[in-house]
Amino acid sequence: MNDLWNQVDLFWTWLTASSQWHGGDGIPHRLLQHVYYSGVSLACAAVIGLALGLIVGHTGRGGFLAITVANIARAVPTFGLVLFVVVIEYSITPVLIALVALAVPPILVNTFEGVRGVDADAKDAARGMGMTGWGVLWQVELPMALPLILLGLRTSAIQVVATATIAAYPGFGGLGRYIIDGLARNDYQLVVGGTVLVVLLAVIVQLVFAALRRLVISPGLLGSASSS
Amino acid sequence: MITFEGVTKRYPGGTVALDDVSLDCPTGRITVFVGTSGGGKTTALRTINRMVEPTSGRVLIDGQDVRERKPAELRRGIGYVIQHAGLFPHRTILNNITTVPDLVGWNKKKARDRALELMERVGLEPAMAKRYPFQLSGGQQQRVGVARALAADPPIMLMDEPFSAVDPVVRAELQDEFLRLQDELHKTIVFVTHDIDEAIKLGDRIAVFQTGGKLVQLDSPENLLAHPADDFVAGFIGQNRGIRTLSFAATDGLRLSDEAVRPASADAAEAAGPEWVLVVDDDRRPLGWARTAEAAGPLGEARLSPVGPTFQVGTDSVRVALDAAVLSPSGLAVGVDDSGAVVGTAAGTDLLTVPTHGTRDGTDADDDAPTLSKEGG
Repeated sequence: MNDLWNQVDLFWTWLTASSQWHGGDGIPHRLLQHVYYSGVSLACAAVIGLALGLIVGHTGRGGFLAITVANIARAVPTFGLVLFVVVIEYSITPVLIALVALAVPPILVNTFEGVRGVDADAKDAARGMGMTGWGVLWQVELPMALPLILLGLRTSAIQVVATATIAAYPGFGGLGRYIIDGLARNDYQLVVGGTVLVVLLAVIVQLVFAALRRLVISPGLLGSASSS
Repeated sequence: MITFEGVTKRYPGGTVALDDVSLDCPTGRITVFVGTSGGGKTTALRTINRMVEPTSGRVLIDGQDVRERKPAELRRGIGYVIQHAGLFPHRTILNNITTVPDLVGWNKKKARDRALELMERVGLEPAMAKRYPFQLSGGQQQRVGVARALAADPPIMLMDEPFSAVDPVVRAELQDEFLRLQDELHKTIVFVTHDIDEAIKLGDRIAVFQTGGKLVQLDSPENLLAHPADDFVAGFIGQNRGIRTLSFAATDGLRLSDEAVRPASADAAEAAGPEWVLVVDDDRRPLGWARTAEAAGPLGEARLSPVGPTFQVGTDSVRVALDAAVLSPSGLAVGVDDSGAVVGTAAGTDLLTVPTHGTRDGTDADDDAPTLSKEGG
């Protein structure tokens, strides 16, 4: 307990030092970089994962292949991928590619499972009442799969926010900068400061998704989930 | 009119779901497809809205091959109700019902008004419009399913075991309301069930399917009970065929006797005659049965046995009357009119004198004879 208090104290003095709030090395700038990398990666991953997951889930074809590829992709160490790609081309792009590769599998798998798991009777009724294939996808499968899809997006978002620290390794800043610098200089306060900021960002992501859940998921789905 | 012309459905692997089925489903009537599981009845239903494409043969609606129309467009003109309702859990009851109107582009207000009107018709509180399916009971969900299928007022309704997943009490309720609704709407209905009693209760015509997708008999419920085409159909119909045939015999031609009916003011001493007398009030409503041997003084003050079930003359079938007779302490069935006033009584044996064409005379196979309900004794 005492130990924890020390760390909070350490973090607080670090956070409130005025020098932290200005310039390229300041927290606002690093935080913005971090959010930017995370956001771009997540957006790309969402487009890829949702599109593939919806198509595969709706048609029922290629499901095994998609899931297998996604699981293999999960096993590839992101850090290695960053190093490997940075060797080929020194820019932020390889870092983003690594983050996208990390974020796609949870989104893809959850979207696929969400669509595949949609009540067969609801789909049959939708088709039988004259919805086209697209109609069934947009009006029935997607909204009914949303709880799982959001879960996938949230999992990816948190992973990406935590992993985006690797952008600092090849020198592209972000909150990882503090951690890497701290480790290099044996500056414990710096390591704790960076880590806590990443954790706080992850908590904010959680909160955003909790709000999204209430906003975009039909009460008809949330109600039945909690009552059964 | 829906016409099947030599419709066969063979799946890859050789399973035959429908074997050269030809039949008509007349406009404005209820045609029930009934049979064992694997008999192809659901497959047959699904060829009508192109949810299943036949391997050979044609399905025509009013003379037009269903394959001449795009599936989605065809289906929007045909109501579709399935076993577990298949409601959209993410949509409110109102928005479930407006599904087809929304698809065909009605304006919001018109679709909403129509949905509310239909909710009332199928017996749902308007307050339910904003609820979600999970908040409704199975029976209520099925009502929403029916309302949803009726929303764009399609001339044809396909109903695939719509009442099978609810308990027997709710099922009977839904069936009665379904018949009442059909009396007003006169849709061309194809109704699939595995329950022969449901088929007999609801069907104007019944098509019996046998495993392997063969249509073995297409007939009125009366004729199906009276003349099953073969052992399979007879076995499928099950026990008590004879008694069940009485469901189609009307009570309006019955000779009812006033002999055992007494006003409450009558004195027990004057009641001599029959062993039991039915005591009625000034409006001829039945009060109970009195045993003449035990009663003394005014009958209204005598100890009365409960009347038990009665039958409504002209509305209820002879089967109901027979049931009432069996359960009555006197062995007499009490016939009442629509106000509940006693018309007269009939003994169980009198009820059986109603000509029950076909069941009494097993050799009479004249299928064209008028239904026995018109032949009161």
